[in-house]
Amino acid sequence: MADDKVLQAIDEPPVMESEICVTDELVEVYIMGKPYTVPASLTIMKAMEYVGYKLVRGVGCREGFCGACGTVFRRRGDYKLYSGLACQTLVEDGMYLTQIPSFPAEKAVYDIRELEPTANTILSYYPELARCVSCNSCTKVCPQEIDVMDYVNEALRGDIERAAHTSFDCIMCGLCTVRCHAEMPQYLIGILARRLYAAHIAARAQDLESRVQQILDGEFDKELADIKKLSEEELKDLYKKRDIEPT
Amino acid sequence: METIPYFPGCTCKADALPFEVSAKAVMRELDIEMREWERWTCCGTVYSMTTDDLIHQLGPARNLIRVQEEGSDRVVTICSMCYSTLKLSAMMFDADEEKLQKLNDFLYDEVDYEGGIRVMHILELLRDDVGFEAVKERVVRPLEGLRVAPYYGCTLVRPTEAGIDDREEPRVMHDLLEALGAEVVDSPFKVECCGSYETVDRPEMVAEKCHRILSDAIKRGADLVVTSCPLCEFNLDDRQDVISSIAPRFPGIPVLYFTSLMAIAFDLPEEEWGLESATVDPLPVLQEKVLAPKDEGGG
Repeated sequence: MADDKVLQAIDEPPVMESEICVTDELVEVYIMGKPYTVPASLTIMKAMEYVGYKLVRGVGCREGFCGACGTVFRRRGDYKLYSGLACQTLVEDGMYLTQIPSFPAEKAVYDIRELEPTANTILSYYPELARCVSCNSCTKVCPQEIDVMDYVNEALRGDIERAAHTSFDCIMCGLCTVRCHAEMPQYLIGILARRLYAAHIAARAQDLESRVQQILDGEFDKELADIKKLSEEELKDLYKKRDIEPT
Repeated sequence: METIPYFPGCTCKADALPFEVSAKAVMRELDIEMREWERWTCCGTVYSMTTDDLIHQLGPARNLIRVQEEGSDRVVTICSMCYSTLKLSAMMFDADEEKLQKLNDFLYDEVDYEGGIRVMHILELLRDDVGFEAVKERVVRPLEGLRVAPYYGCTLVRPTEAGIDDREEPRVMHDLLEALGAEVVDSPFKVECCGSYETVDRPEMVAEKCHRILSDAIKRGADLVVTSCPLCEFNLDDRQDVISSIAPRFPGIPVLYFTSLMAIAFDLPEEEWGLESATVDPLPVLQEKVLAPKDEGGG
């Protein structure tokens, strides 16, 4: 099925056909400029593997959560740039495909506990934040449909809480950064806002703190020591009889 | 109560938040609600003078589209820099249909901008809509005996076509202060540049310029200086420590937003005065000249 001549040098066999739900319908796609005929039922990621690419970067959970496989594509006869997660987006006839396994961005290193939740804190790590011209390219490319330009502006004016909420669904794929006219790493700014929010603004979970204190005070030491002495059967029995929260 | 779309700008949500607090409070007292809309973005900060640099007009244009969506044909700002950027951008799109077309082609993610939004600074709103007579009527604690030097800086009055007043001899803050009962101290440095963004890289140069502006006000007997721009406020106020390092005998002078004096003259609650952004403490002089009961002990 795959064109042997264009296969990358690989040590492992490609994905077996039996693993893929192959339909009769075939579409033509272009992967890095070269045409291939692939089943229409494949995702972009599976189509690339189907024709022989071995993906070792730019691939992760294959379930649309990890953000490793953010990708851009175009459609024949359409100037617009589209984006998606390669593991979630089905191929279409006339798609121009590539993969963006990684895109350079400098990640700031900080101790979140020592920071103040202000615009100036974010600007001190990412001064390029102030270069946003509101072109909205980041929002247009976001496969999670996040209002990226909005959270960038919320961060810029110090509304950390709102920036944290607006950016909440970010999976750190980095496509916004690829497209940014101001050359900023939006997704790193977003996670800094969410960390600042969590560490300094969100209400503390008092139950958690009191339970941690109970543990530190040794309140459960005896119970734990007793459990450690039990046999496997006794443990199973204890597990079955445990307190379960009412549904 | 009349409502007008209000564009805050980033600085008025961060370091200059007290400016917004006092501005909203005094306008409320004058029956105008300044209503911030949901999704505003940075004004663009500095108007791009390069004629083919449309990318830097996207920020201001997007905000003008938001005003259009609010169903209003005007918007008010309190920051002089935001005012200037939005105003010049609005004027450019009103005057140049080709640029407007190009803008709308690029912004396919927005409804078309139709033009015709009037960008106003709060001082214009006070002068032209409210009127200084009405301001005067609302005053319950006249600022009698307080000597105030208004400082306009650049972006309120320049360039001429976007200025809210005469670019060399502006009156608007003078007249407002008189309506509040203050004694206005006029200074030829009232429209001198404070140094603007040079404050980031060259604080000494900014301090030198601010030294000249503030020293003249002090020499003319001013108790304090008022301004309408967060960047001017920062340079004139926060940079006084740099001034002191280059001019050890510089006595220092408080710098406030004009809205703080309005809030005090209106006798609003202290939390609406918006004095928190002042680095040089204005309370001693305010205490002495305005806040202390006038009828007691004076004989």
